[in-house]
Amino acid sequence: MLSIYDGSLDVAKIFDEWYELKRGNNYGAYASFVGTIRDEDGIEGLSFDIYEPLLVSWLDAWQAKAKAKNAEVMMAHSRGDVPNHTSSYIAAVFSPKRRVALEMLDEFVEDFKANAPIWKYDLRDGERIYAKDRSTPLKGSGVLA
Amino acid sequence: MVRVEFLGPIQKEPLELDIASLSELKEVLSGDEALSEWLKNSAVAINDTLVTSLEAPLKSGDRVVLLPPVCGG
Repeated sequence: MLSIYDGSLDVAKIFDEWYELKRGNNYGAYASFVGTIRDEDGIEGLSFDIYEPLLVSWLDAWQAKAKAKNAEVMMAHSRGDVPNHTSSYIAAVFSPKRRVALEMLDEFVEDFKANAPIWKYDLRDGERIYAKDRSTPLKGSGVLA
Repeated sequence: MVRVEFLGPIQKEPLELDIASLSELKEVLSGDEALSEWLKNSAVAINDTLVTSLEAPLKSGDRVVLLPPVCGG
């Protein structure tokens, strides 16, 4: 399941929604990761662009992988501006037993960082500055160079 | 016509081009100096599937997107 929100995520509400949605499905484990924007290097917050069609296919591939282990992955992400000390990203895995959820969450979050089609900008003095140094080229990059 | 879009931080308006392959797209874009740095680190998707070879054919109605380096979360 993929949820995209404009601005900061309402963490408690999303956690609760996912819990209520899945608690009847006999999953014994609900492991989650919450990304919160840190106040560092003088930024006021971060801002995000998302290319949804590829994000959906990336998540579909993960859902298939999770299903093979009787698990399910969930993701929420912000679009647009997100101030410091609020959340822009939540990932979660539901599984029958804890090991699958805990291990898959690690892999899911790392793969997200490297492959999800999302662009990050620092917010400084009201301007969006592309976080080039923290960004990773996707597979096959440079094919047109 | 093939529609070409530039995503994320690449500040460029979409193009409508009469081209039949990615090689031809490469030719066209090589004339744009402002794009040269982006071309080195951007990935390419045709109709929302990432491609890694210039051999990929294009037909009228196809949509090509250029995806610069990503950082979610």
